[in-house]
Amino acid sequence: MPPIITVHQLSKQFAEIHAVSDLSFTVNEGDVYGFLGQNGAGKSTTIRMLLTLIKPSSGQIKIFGKDLSTHRHEILQKIGAVIEKPDLYKYLTAYQNLSIFARISGIKANRTMLMNQLEQVGLAERAHSKVKTFSQGMKQRLGIAVALIHNPDLIILDEPTNGLDPQGIADIRQLILQLSKEKGKTILVSSHLLSEIELIANRIIIIDKGKKIVEGYSAELLDPAKTIVQIETTDNKVAIEQLALSKWKEQIVSSPNGIRLQMNKNAIPDLVKDAVEMNINILAIQPRHSLEDYFLSLTTRPHHVDTTAN
Amino acid sequence: MWTLLQIELFKIFKKPRTYLAFAIIAAFIFLIQVGLMVNGKDWMKFILAGLDETMDMEYDKLINGYAVCFFVLNLLLVHVPILVALVAGDLVSGEASMGTLRLLAAKPISRTQIILAKYFAAGIYVFALLLWIAIISLVFSIAVFGVNDLVVAKQNGIQLIEANDILWRYFCAFGFAYIAMMVVAAIALLLSTLSENSIGPIVATVGIIIVCTLVSEMEIPIYQHYIKPYLFTTYMLGWKGFFYIGSNAEGETVKGSIEYLPAILKSMTALLLYIIGLVGAAVFVFRKKDILS
Repeated sequence: MPPIITVHQLSKQFAEIHAVSDLSFTVNEGDVYGFLGQNGAGKSTTIRMLLTLIKPSSGQIKIFGKDLSTHRHEILQKIGAVIEKPDLYKYLTAYQNLSIFARISGIKANRTMLMNQLEQVGLAERAHSKVKTFSQGMKQRLGIAVALIHNPDLIILDEPTNGLDPQGIADIRQLILQLSKEKGKTILVSSHLLSEIELIANRIIIIDKGKKIVEGYSAELLDPAKTIVQIETTDNKVAIEQLALSKWKEQIVSSPNGIRLQMNKNAIPDLVKDAVEMNINILAIQPRHSLEDYFLSLTTRPHHVDTTAN
Repeated sequence: MWTLLQIELFKIFKKPRTYLAFAIIAAFIFLIQVGLMVNGKDWMKFILAGLDETMDMEYDKLINGYAVCFFVLNLLLVHVPILVALVAGDLVSGEASMGTLRLLAAKPISRTQIILAKYFAAGIYVFALLLWIAIISLVFSIAVFGVNDLVVAKQNGIQLIEANDILWRYFCAFGFAYIAMMVVAAIALLLSTLSENSIGPIVATVGIIIVCTLVSEMEIPIYQHYIKPYLFTTYMLGWKGFFYIGSNAEGETVKGSIEYLPAILKSMTALLLYIIGLVGAAVFVFRKKDILS
């Protein structure tokens, strides 16, 4: 697949703060690209640079194979975005907001087209209500309608599930998957809710303090060899001392609550057998494959692991 | 650009705040008209006190539509900048505080286009505001008070303008006032690009106008010689010049003439240069701005 976004050694400095440092990544056509990081990691700054809201201090951004700094207009015509909070004109109706942004995006949207778009995000019945009467979730959905109204090839969603209830989150997830699978859109979606990203993204980047920690395919990052196993015992302190003297000592990772080992999932029976032999009384053992554990294990370590394929 | 301008106008005229200015102006002019209808003659006698001993004054005729409009403009045009700042100061900063600026700036339109569209939209708003003032203060006053000659006070006495030599002067005066108000809109727009809340640019614009007006009015040599010529407020009240008639060699007023036409043209040029400079600065600032709101 050809690259849609190519970011090369991108940096942004605000006074003394390095918001983004030497960040490089590639989003390929058709990807649902998960952009992960804790709050303040530099996700939004990066996204704002992709949308020309912020000028990079250094580095290069190419989108659709063209330099963003010289082909801004042409590139932005093919991008739809929700940037952080879905703020819209509160004193206008949903329909009026959508109509305005359709016109600004350069398309002549008729009533049917606008209503269909509102229908897609479940707001058709509130089309003529002022946005100031909307809940956060409704504003979020309207923001997505605004992002999609001009049928963009690349969709950038910055924290799209913020403020949504569980059903709203599921709806957005469904919409993203639908846009990717049925319409072949390339989607970059940022979030700090890692459990959400792992359900939709085929490729993932994790950034922390403006730097890339890891980038790769979801399947690769969820490799069984990197399973986090959490153990609860009757005496965790003694158990961890015994494990530290055994062959498992290399697998022990930081464990503020209980004992955690990073290991191959297939080796769990051996671990249990050894624990019994060491008289460790296991109360519970839980293998966790979620990217959230992986993310936390990476971002709490002092060193960074780079398994990027690029 | 036309689409963007239409959208900006749509947004301006959908805000309730926009109509506040129209309501305030209507209420203000109405109060003046009622006051002059009830006590206009007495008030005119007070203003022209002493002159009726040397001239034959027909006070009933002096209170007419043209005189009421002139009185309204003298009082009102000093305060219209506040109403202009109320809308123009909100154009960019209002979008920043609402969070819509990032949506707008991420669309395939240049930042220069965004600023120019907003300024032109402010221009149409100012035009509508002045048209509203003209309709209520001039057209409505003429309908109620009728037309007659206009007495205008000058530094060295008074001057009478014949009724059939007045209307065009009002058109010119409103045209001049429009340019002056567009300077205010340009200041507010520039300040609006520097702020992320609406109140700051509005208050700052009004503050700048007050300070500059005070400095312009102070009879202190250092201000008069070195600062006053560069202040926009020095030129803002130039509309009054259209109501000073020129004289011939014999000292007789010449119908259809303007006494200080070169000074008026100089004022208009200065104001236009201010507009170009301020809007240019607003474009420059906005193009360089990192949108973090």
